[in-house]
Amino acid sequence: MSLIQETDYGTPASRAEKQVTLTVDGKAVTVPEGTSIMRASMQAGIEIPKLCATDMLDSFGSCRVCLVEIEGRNGTPASCTTPVGEGMVVKTKSDRLDAIRKGVMELYVSDHPRGFGEKAGTGASEFDHVISLVGLAENRYGVEGRNHVEAHGGIDGVAPGHGSLTIDYMVKDESNPYFTYDPSQCIVCSRCVRACAEVQGTFALTVEGRGFESRIVASMDENFIDSECVSCGACVQACPTDALREKAILEKGMPDRSVVTTCAYCGVGCNFKAEMKGDEVVRMMPYKAGKANHGHSCVKGRFAYGYASHPDRVLTPMVREKITDPWREATWEEALARAASEFKRIQAKYGRGSIGGITSSRCTDEETYLVQKLVRQGFGNNNVDTCARVCHSPTGYGLNTTLGTSAGTQDFDSVEAADVMLLVGANPTDAHPVFASRMKKRLREGAKIIVIDPRRIDLVRTPHVEAAYHLPIKPGTNVAILTGLAHVVVTEKLYDEAYIRAYCDWDAFEDWAAFVSEPRYSPEETARVCGLDDPELIRKAARLYATGGNGAIYYGLGVTEHSQGSTAVMGLANLAMATGNLGRNGVGVNPLRGQNNVQGSCDMGSFPHEFPGYRHIAIDPVRKIYEDLWGVKLDKEPGLRIPNMLDAAVDGTFKGIYIQGEDILQSDPDTKHVAAGLAAMECVVVHDLFLNETARYAHVFLPGSTFLEKDGTFINAERRINLVRKAIEPRARYADWEATQELARALGLDWNYTHPSEVMDEIAATTPTFAGVSFDLLDREGSVQWPCNEKAPLGTPVMHINGIVRGKGNFVRTEYIATDEKVGLRFPLLLTTGRILSQYNVGAQTRRTGNSAWHEEDRLEIHPHDAEDRGIRDGDWVRLSSRSGETTLRALVSERMAVGVVYTTFHHPSTQANVVTTEFSDWATSCPEYKVTAVQVSPSNGPSEWQLEYEDLSRRTRRMANVEAAE
Amino acid sequence: MSPEKLVYQANQIARFFRSKPHAEGVAGVADHINKFWEPRIRRQFFELIDAGGKGFDELVLEAAPSIHRPAEEVA
Ligand code: SF4
Ligand code: SF4
Ligand code: FES
Repeated sequence: MSLIQETDYGTPASRAEKQVTLTVDGKAVTVPEGTSIMRASMQAGIEIPKLCATDMLDSFGSCRVCLVEIEGRNGTPASCTTPVGEGMVVKTKSDRLDAIRKGVMELYVSDHPRGFGEKAGTGASEFDHVISLVGLAENRYGVEGRNHVEAHGGIDGVAPGHGSLTIDYMVKDESNPYFTYDPSQCIVCSRCVRACAEVQGTFALTVEGRGFESRIVASMDENFIDSECVSCGACVQACPTDALREKAILEKGMPDRSVVTTCAYCGVGCNFKAEMKGDEVVRMMPYKAGKANHGHSCVKGRFAYGYASHPDRVLTPMVREKITDPWREATWEEALARAASEFKRIQAKYGRGSIGGITSSRCTDEETYLVQKLVRQGFGNNNVDTCARVCHSPTGYGLNTTLGTSAGTQDFDSVEAADVMLLVGANPTDAHPVFASRMKKRLREGAKIIVIDPRRIDLVRTPHVEAAYHLPIKPGTNVAILTGLAHVVVTEKLYDEAYIRAYCDWDAFEDWAAFVSEPRYSPEETARVCGLDDPELIRKAARLYATGGNGAIYYGLGVTEHSQGSTAVMGLANLAMATGNLGRNGVGVNPLRGQNNVQGSCDMGSFPHEFPGYRHIAIDPVRKIYEDLWGVKLDKEPGLRIPNMLDAAVDGTFKGIYIQGEDILQSDPDTKHVAAGLAAMECVVVHDLFLNETARYAHVFLPGSTFLEKDGTFINAERRINLVRKAIEPRARYADWEATQELARALGLDWNYTHPSEVMDEIAATTPTFAGVSFDLLDREGSVQWPCNEKAPLGTPVMHINGIVRGKGNFVRTEYIATDEKVGLRFPLLLTTGRILSQYNVGAQTRRTGNSAWHEEDRLEIHPHDAEDRGIRDGDWVRLSSRSGETTLRALVSERMAVGVVYTTFHHPSTQANVVTTEFSDWATSCPEYKVTAVQVSPSNGPSEWQLEYEDLSRRTRRMANVEAAE
Repeated sequence: MSPEKLVYQANQIARFFRSKPHAEGVAGVADHINKFWEPRIRRQFFELIDAGGKGFDELVLEAAPSIHRPAEEVA
């Protein structure tokens, strides 16, 4: 394995159709019109030295090392800013060019601390590379600069004060946990400034000062950590010197080998090069060829991988009789035998349906497939479910009913062709940062955005982005607003009749049109229901979406996690169909999936009623495929969903569970109910990286493996099947798929997979939408989007082209039904929940990394008015109570909230925000109603009784036989 | 699950299908429950229906005859 080097062509690719041929140093090269000479040369294999250019950024032309000569032209133009021309003859080497380049580099070097490289830096920066490329051998100006001092006698080259002239010296900024900024090494090429603006869209950096003094500063000359910087690392990646450099690289040195893999955090599914030195990952470098991220990433994927080597990781299996016993370390053999014999005993005693399994959206497709197979083939029932239940199950149901597929319609690149984005219940800058950067880029180019969200999220207003309309609806009124928008589209005849007649069920449309035209869905009525002041806003938003060009819908958990989640998803699909915004680039209905493999775990048959590929278990021919392959009779009755399992456990008919990579106690609603269900079981097997919250109720603990330790695939929100490649050996002997296989064997099943690719082959052989997928194909193509089969051998970036998958698009009436979770005297505020950028889901991973620098605790966001009414000041401890329970946390008084609405995250277990959420759920899929809970907030002076009890229990249930558990 | 919760969830389904033409709505409720409710839950459902079906939405009651009665439990 070697270090993968991606070519830097210096400037972005041109998309022009027209081709132009030129000669560079005697070599003919043909490129699209508009390509820079620099890029064309690189394509011909000729590298022109460069400092201020890199192909992720538009060219800038400030450093002047990239000069070339062009026949018939005077002077030495910069190759990064000069476009190619037909028949052009370019020379990249000559004595004159050499002399100029050396002169430029000599000046740079004279103002650059030498010696840093050998001491602590990399000595392998692009700057160092260019020095050798231009053959710089001397520096006539000396090395004492105005911004640094030369290293000497044990003093670091950047320490001030041994008599030299250092009036421009600035101290290193080490405030960011992951990278340092050393101003003395900055050559002011502004690549970081442009990366922050163009790629990330945060605009945190500027160039300050002139000449020797000029330097990059973050925000208002603040430390990085205190600035607007979101630590995406794009600037570090762009920096050609060691001025911005990963701390891990400074400490451990440059990597020597790498593999391309996929981020295990969110549904964007960024590709990375996992770069290693020896057995240790020292850097995650976004992969430019990654089709979801094109070389960008966020703070989580790039930097927050430290949890993989965190001391809290449990690397040895553990067992215990009762959950009140201390844990005892065991061999894999013993732990697996225990789990298997318990499952058998329980089934013999309580019946076949008394056990089940939960798959994880954090694990690979292959692992998920194996867990559902274990349940269906081995347990002989369909009691398998996934944590996707608690986030995006309504997406599958809603889109399947209307369009005929349970997935988003577009690829991410499609946003580049969108004219109007309709963003509903999603906060991409925090939850899907890399995609948010793409959105912002498109918005800066002039596209418009309509935001429907109770909170004033960043995309409502952020540098160079201003939403056309923000509809701050009351939590729980999505269906009303969507039907209200449809009302305007229909009554003002803004719908696309030709599209509907061609591709949709016309009768269904007429029925739906009549329904949404009813006066109770008028903007005035809708505004009243949704708590909006101005009904005109609804009209304007509807008109913009329907007539503003390509309209693209993006939505998130704010849509799905409601008692009418599935209905709202259908409402979105209705709008897209009615306006003809489907089946081409730039449009569509796109769920922004939460976890990395939510899509995959749904695709892989994790739900209790369907096989992989969303085929119901009652369909005989489908069941037969698996019966023949697996050699068993399969149950045709739907199995239990997670909440049903817990109910059944409390009722005494469900006694054992295998939970892979999921912390239902922390992530599922109504914590007390979950706890009661788990406590009622006789064998809980938890398979995870850490002793998670659920493990308090476990009898067997199997150590999990991180994404760095296994092969497999993840499927992102665009249906993209991305390869996960093993970077290091599993730290606890087995990758998760192997552990599941061992458990299956212990139960007597004859499984003999030697590699996850064989699992994928089985999936492809049995699932029509995956028929063409294999690891070989993925290896060749990088990734493909399902459906991938005979009709689409390289996958399907955009769905529903020339016809909706279902046959005819189905319009569904979306009656708004107010949730039963209502505010009243006792609980006058609405609580809604969410996540923030630096933390991920229940935080098990991110809390164990430097990301805690940004989010030490969950806070309750509350509007100043509501806070004042209650005598609450910013930072005070407050009690948050609902009819389910109460917890305490600290308040964050914020204007982002509407009056009457409070907000919190659920990243930290001690907060126990889900003690407060209720058991209400989506009518169709049981997806919990996380986004609406009636609560009261009052001043408090400490943790709630439940929190204390919980802490105590936690201490008791985490004990180890000999050693105390690390926590 | 508690009888109240079961009745509540059935009625929640009915509320969605209420906006459909009547016959389609009845069929929709039955189909939904057949597809997604595990036999144990349907068994409990029928216990409640057989005991008079108190609290259930009209649509649920009308759908009940088309909902599959689960087979006896097999160990
Ligand atoms: S890390 Fe990202 S947000 Fe922060 S300054 Fe660099 S590019 Fe900007
Ligand atoms: S968390 Fe999401 S956006 Fe960030 S690097 Fe990973 S996949 Fe990309
Ligand atoms: S790389 Fe062309 S001017 Fe800097």
